[in-house]
Amino acid sequence: MPVLDEVLFVVLALLAVGGAVMVFRFDSMARATYALLTALLCVGGEVLLLGLDYLGVVIVLMMTIEMALMAVFMVMYMMNPAGLVPMSMVHNPRLALAVAGTVFAALTVGAVLAPWPVGRARQPVDPTRELGRALMGPQMLTMMTLGMALFATIVVSVVLATPRGRYQRFGDDLRSRPADDPLPAGTRR
Amino acid sequence: MSLEAFAVLAAALFGVGLHGALGQRSVVMLMMGLELMLGGVVVGAAAVRHYLTPDVAEGQVLVLLVVTAMAVEMAVGFAVVTALFRARDVDTTDLAAELRR
Repeated sequence: MPVLDEVLFVVLALLAVGGAVMVFRFDSMARATYALLTALLCVGGEVLLLGLDYLGVVIVLMMTIEMALMAVFMVMYMMNPAGLVPMSMVHNPRLALAVAGTVFAALTVGAVLAPWPVGRARQPVDPTRELGRALMGPQMLTMMTLGMALFATIVVSVVLATPRGRYQRFGDDLRSRPADDPLPAGTRR
Repeated sequence: MSLEAFAVLAAALFGVGLHGALGQRSVVMLMMGLELMLGGVVVGAAAVRHYLTPDVAEGQVLVLLVVTAMAVEMAVGFAVVTALFRARDVDTTDLAAELRR
């Protein structure tokens, strides 16, 4: 099993980094989205490999749906969804490469040279159970904050993405009649 | 497998994502870079939990927090792009520079 784990780690790591690089190399926005999906699915695979079954599956499922939605947005907004012509939409690429390379080098040196503590603590029998007990116990505040943040996200996303809602039509107090519509139509209510 | 190997993988994902976030003009591509950076943080946090503090559940909570941040970033990011596109007909960071003035 350890050998299989080693092989899986290397394969997933290569696919993750390769997919990440290809996100910014593809001309097609749709292909870039699926390259990102590949990278993030491999991240989920690495998390599974680390024994976090629940979180790994959550990442895999979440990223699959997220990237499917992202592909739709890509086709909606981007000028070159099919990759029929070469495309480069970058600014200051040398500085970006230098900063990213420096950060990667610094993190790698830190990871390799850091005096990590030796001696491993006991692995929990069921990490999912441990997470559930933490979220429903001492980490309840974190769970409630995450829930409120996700709810706020839903509200903010709808407000930002709605072109004309009832406040635009009826004013801030919702009392303005008739409705302020660009084209008078319907029953004018 | 070792903590160092996972940490280098996390650093690579973070670095590639940072390159995209800094260098891409398209807001959507910039968001892709941010997702990759957060993906690197997920790998790093999960590896540190596994190798250093497997008996502490807070490591998993941190991973859950970052995964939630990925979802929130994507949802709000697309909503902002939609609002920006409707208001200014732009989808690149260079053209959305109102806050600079």
